[in-house]
Amino acid sequence: MTLGDLVLKVRSKNAGPFWVTIDIFCDRADVFDRLSAQLRTADVAALYGVPPEGLKRFDIPDLRVIKFSLPRPVVQGSVHDRDMHGAQYAALLEELNLD
Amino acid sequence: MTTRVLVPSGVLGLGFDREALARGVAMAPDIICIDGGSTDSGPFSLGAGQSKYSRAATKSEWRSLMQARAELGVPLVIGTAGTCGTDATVDWMFDITAELATELGQSLTVVRVYSDQPADRVATAHAAGQVTPLTPAPDFALDGLTNIVALAGVEQIQTALALGADIVIAGRTTDTATIAALPLARGDAAGPAWHGAKIAECGALCSTNPTSGVIMVDFDDTGFTVQPLAEGAFCTPHSVSAHMLYENSDPFCLHEPGGYLDVTGARYTALDARRVRVEGSKWVPAPYTVKLEGARIAGYQTTILAVLRNAHYVENAQAWVDRLTGFLHAEIATRMGLSQVDYDLQFRLMGVDATLGALENRQGSPVEVGVLGIVTARGQAQASEIGKLINPFVLHYPLTDDEELPTFAFPFSPATTDRGALYEFALNHVMALDDPMSAFRLTKTKVTP
Repeated sequence: MTLGDLVLKVRSKNAGPFWVTIDIFCDRADVFDRLSAQLRTADVAALYGVPPEGLKRFDIPDLRVIKFSLPRPVVQGSVHDRDMHGAQYAALLEELNLD
Repeated sequence: MTTRVLVPSGVLGLGFDREALARGVAMAPDIICIDGGSTDSGPFSLGAGQSKYSRAATKSEWRSLMQARAELGVPLVIGTAGTCGTDATVDWMFDITAELATELGQSLTVVRVYSDQPADRVATAHAAGQVTPLTPAPDFALDGLTNIVALAGVEQIQTALALGADIVIAGRTTDTATIAALPLARGDAAGPAWHGAKIAECGALCSTNPTSGVIMVDFDDTGFTVQPLAEGAFCTPHSVSAHMLYENSDPFCLHEPGGYLDVTGARYTALDARRVRVEGSKWVPAPYTVKLEGARIAGYQTTILAVLRNAHYVENAQAWVDRLTGFLHAEIATRMGLSQVDYDLQFRLMGVDATLGALENRQGSPVEVGVLGIVTARGQAQASEIGKLINPFVLHYPLTDDEELPTFAFPFSPATTDRGALYEFALNHVMALDDPMSAFRLTKTKVTP
């Protein structure tokens, strides 16, 4: 099962030119609790090629949201940037295998 | 005191529900505020000092807002005018305003807030230890920056309003500043003023119907109440609180000039099916700093697009591109005398990994592969020349020496496209100011039909 199969939505977006932020929306509290316990920050960091200590993580039970913010792997709009708005970074986390 | 702020949409140029706007006008707001831009679409707008939205769309929407303003007799404020909020785009917005004043027969006091920063001011501040890098920041360097702007806060907007402005056209401001300015000037609670402004800055994105645009926020002594005005749109505690996540690296903390907003203690309550009440957000004062943004030209680009449909080439697209790239570097060196430090040549395989590059971890079997070639060089003439040099090889280069020359699909003639300047963001720093007004310039103009 992938993370995307379990949750309502995964979205990513620039947070300014130097950061990207990824929000995982769970529709149920039990899904949030399970994911919050199971999802390892190091695995997420590895997906985006950044060291785990470079990742900010927020587990927000009230919203049933897990949020990650990381320095953009490539600065927005620079010569090697491939995704100006950073909205496709979410796909990697959505497809993360949880088995 | 209660301050009622009408926010027609998240940005001027994207459209809004005209019926919802009329409903908002009927509710007698104290001010109309709209954002004019952001960095979200990339460094071009700031680098070139141009709006990314069409003049026609901007003018059409601004006409509606100027009519609403005239009907109400309250100020109309736009922040980050013309996408990037440079002096040039503030004046572009002013020209549109003056044209509309003539067409609508309006006499107006227009105050412009300029956010451009001369490089020598920033250099002096840096030398005095007043410029601090944020994380992550590029090395501090001002050479070649085509535009530098500072993000204004509420003080600059309040000063403009105090000059008797009917319309304020502000250069770069924080997303929240235009909305928070009047509530704070009238003594409404500071935490909720900034928080409500953050919730409303993207228009109806904080509601269940994000594209409907129009939002109303009522600020008072203890909190704020937010409601969407489009038919069938609702604000819920979840839709409102979740908006702090959006384009925000920290969902509980928002740094602004002169302090930061802390929403850790915010409580969200549904007043009814449409309206949400928020209390408990805190404003924490801090030394006055303004964020700086800058852009410079990083090169000039020429692109070329080929499509591989032949199954053998589709299957071996990466190997083909690797072999082609090696060959082209040698050709460019031989024929143009350039080494690889003089230019950048990339091929992105659309259908394979064009979006994520090295981070891509999936493999598929595409029917076809788009090959997007991107040349970046120090001048347009050189980028264009490299584009022409590589063109026949992108069309015909074989996978191995002993096969017939292939011919791929080119969608265009000429095959290459000159893209002009590539800009890059060059600053992620804040500048401390003793006086909030010292880095901003205001002009007041009487506009008559």
